Amino acid sequence: MADLSVTFCGIRSPNPFWLASAPPTNTGDQVMRAFDAGWGGAVWKTIGDPIVNVSSRYSSVDLGGVRMMGLNNIELITDRTPEINFKEITEVKKRYPNHVVIASLMVESKRETWHEFVRRAEDAGADGLELNFGCPHGMSERGMGAAVGQVPDYTCQITEWVKEAAKTPVIVKLTPNITDITYAARAAKKGGADAVSLINTINSITGIDLDSFAPRPSVAGRSSHGGYCGPAVKPIALNMVASVAQANLGIPISGIGGISTWRDVVEFMLLGSTTVQVCTAVMHHGFRIVADMIDGLSNYLDDKGFASPADLCGRALPSVTKWEELNLNYKIIANVDQAKCIGCGLCYVACNDGAHQSIEAKPRPEGRTDVRILEDHCVGCNLCSLVCPVYDCITMKKVETGRPPVNWKEYSSSPDKYPYLKDPHH
Amino acid sequence: METVDQFQELKPALGADEALAEANRCLMCFDAPCTRACPTHIDVPAFIKKIATGNPRGSARTILSANVLGASCARVCPTEVLCEGACVLNDLHHKPIAIGRLQRHATDWAMARGEGPKRLLSPAQRRDDLPRVAILGAGPAGLACGAELSRLGVGAVIFDAAERPGGLNTRGVAEYKITPAFALREVEWVRELGVEIRSGVTVGRDVPLADLERDFAAIFVGVGLGKIQPLGVPGESLDGALDALDFIAELKVSRARAADRVRGRRVVVIGGGNTAIDAVTQSARLGASEVWLVYRRAQAAMPAYRHEQALALGAGCRFVFEAAPVRLDGDKAVQSITLVRMRSEGEGRTAALAPIPGSEFTIACDVVLKANGQTANQSLLAALPGVELRKSRPVVNDDMQTTNPRYFAGGDCVSGGKEVVNAVADGRTAARAIARKLGSKEAA
Repeated sequence: MADLSVTFCGIRSPNPFWLASAPPTNTGDQVMRAFDAGWGGAVWKTIGDPIVNVSSRYSSVDLGGVRMMGLNNIELITDRTPEINFKEITEVKKRYPNHVVIASLMVESKRETWHEFVRRAEDAGADGLELNFGCPHGMSERGMGAAVGQVPDYTCQITEWVKEAAKTPVIVKLTPNITDITYAARAAKKGGADAVSLINTINSITGIDLDSFAPRPSVAGRSSHGGYCGPAVKPIALNMVASVAQANLGIPISGIGGISTWRDVVEFMLLGSTTVQVCTAVMHHGFRIVADMIDGLSNYLDDKGFASPADLCGRALPSVTKWEELNLNYKIIANVDQAKCIGCGLCYVACNDGAHQSIEAKPRPEGRTDVRILEDHCVGCNLCSLVCPVYDCITMKKVETGRPPVNWKEYSSSPDKYPYLKDPHH
Repeated sequence: METVDQFQELKPALGADEALAEANRCLMCFDAPCTRACPTHIDVPAFIKKIATGNPRGSARTILSANVLGASCARVCPTEVLCEGACVLNDLHHKPIAIGRLQRHATDWAMARGEGPKRLLSPAQRRDDLPRVAILGAGPAGLACGAELSRLGVGAVIFDAAERPGGLNTRGVAEYKITPAFALREVEWVRELGVEIRSGVTVGRDVPLADLERDFAAIFVGVGLGKIQPLGVPGESLDGALDALDFIAELKVSRARAADRVRGRRVVVIGGGNTAIDAVTQSARLGASEVWLVYRRAQAAMPAYRHEQALALGAGCRFVFEAAPVRLDGDKAVQSITLVRMRSEGEGRTAALAPIPGSEFTIACDVVLKANGQTANQSLLAALPGVELRKSRPVVNDDMQTTNPRYFAGGDCVSGGKEVVNAVADGRTAARAIARKLGSKEAA
């Protein structure tokens, strides 16, 4: 079995699975139960000057009868006093010295206040600090959270203040509510950050009650935009993690955003994450989900012959390129395994109405729909294989064109060399 | 035998969560096989999608616009061999979508809200300049015909010999599938559309056919079938021997009386069709001590659906194949039935049968229910002028029009006995043709 321990900006962790700063890390009791369940680390629910929370805080987006494809919250940072939180951090570290506890901090933008909280967190025994520059709701109205993370100069400035006082590693948590997240990452690096974590939640309104017109989550009939997370945001998070990784800042990444399974974890690592942080999946199913994450990642590493999760870090990055570098002469077309086809016709209607009119359908006498790929028309878009409900029934087959690879840059500089690319059949 | 759940519904209502989960399971096939398999071609993926999106009114409207008796069909349809049998999920080794129960979910919503076809289907304004249509029989075919005519602006009057309208839906389907109260509520939906129903009127006796020909432009014949044909063996008039359909009809009027007839008794049902299954299963559920089904051919030739056979076997019935009644024994009441083994000259339902000499055997019993096929409503059909009959059934074209252009026919009297949904399709087809003939713009 592979050794799952990792070192993240100097912090050793029994495994790469951390709880993100969020409701699951609100108390020492929760964090200790999480460690018992197998989590390697926890980023404490953000500590700062006590706030008051509202009642009704979370709302979700369901899809096709599946609950919580996306989750949104308008809960602020911890509403417990810094004293209690720091006392519990001390207690947890005493009982679990080998597990990682990171103190997430968010205070007013004053140098002295940041220095004070850094000192108190480190005195409590935190292994590192995460600066919450990402919280998109409520706190941002008070000049904190995303209000800092959305302005690279502020991000740099406050990171510098923190680094003046910090003895432990400093992780800057980035907001996705920004045009190009690499600007924020560079600012954090410039300020001296030892690592970045991303993404924080995304500005969102999950829905409106059709009877009362109240947005969700409703607080006496009104609501505020909240932070969106859960499986729905994973693709956005993966893209941002890859962008930051490809910016080559020389600091590690803790990946966050819709991670629910070990497969998600591997994807975040392949795009440059060293550790991952999880919240929504735990809010949905509890701390126990880490058991399969540990088991699945371990089996995967063994199967692929990797010794450590660190071996995965960034391995897929060379394959993430600009569009203009993609090979225009690569050709695939859809292939239907007629023995598996159940005749639902979904590929036909998707292709005909939604893509490139490359499937022919005719009713079979006994009631099902027969489909046939029009190979001369098929552009290899994948859509039919995506909608097909039968596993492995529609696959995309490579067509040997005998033509050399050519990308957009090459093609656009001398299009006459590739006359066959000028005239697609539709 | 277990009697506690004797009237428990075979396919109970889905809970709200169940319906949502089931609706979300539907793949929404293109040119869906389920829709093609339905004789009334209900747009199944559309009505299921509407359940999934929380649009029950739209769902009910989709169902009722194709099949005005969609509420009872949701209960009595053999979905296993129609829409659900065609579901592509069968091929994925999954259970098919519970289309019948979802259809019930939507139509129950409409029933509970009192939103019938009149409210949901925006029927055309009645055209008083158009002549009216007479309909013989208030069963599914007649009701569907009347409802469709009404939707197209054509007035219709249904004449029905029975006290209560609804045909077999009201008096001929097992109680665990549909109750008379429910069937009658659905009849009210048809009435609300403006269809007049005159119950307890036998055409030819109470109203001369000539009067109908004088007063109505077209006549739709949906009179169904007649009595069960006699066994033609001695002892048939003994107490305890009766039509299975009369037994079920009695149950519809008084559950207690029907239960008294079979509870603790030994029941033999003669026949291999779905009525025979209804009779044995219902008898078992009412507390009969022993229930036998006797069919003269092999099991493979049985007209009853497989899932119906399984239902009867599950209720504790015993099947006797390739045996036919010789006589019913008893002084005043039936005490036993003597059967003889039958040999078939070949396979299938049409192969010649011959008794095997010396193979007689006896089953002790108190009740014999005859379900060996209904006869045609011969006296009425034969009296229809210019209407050609073949095997006692009116000959019809694709519009359900008979050889007398003023007469249309559909349902069991034409098919010889099919499903409610087939009768609805017949009635609707005929109505559209009649409305076209009479000049309804909507039918054009």
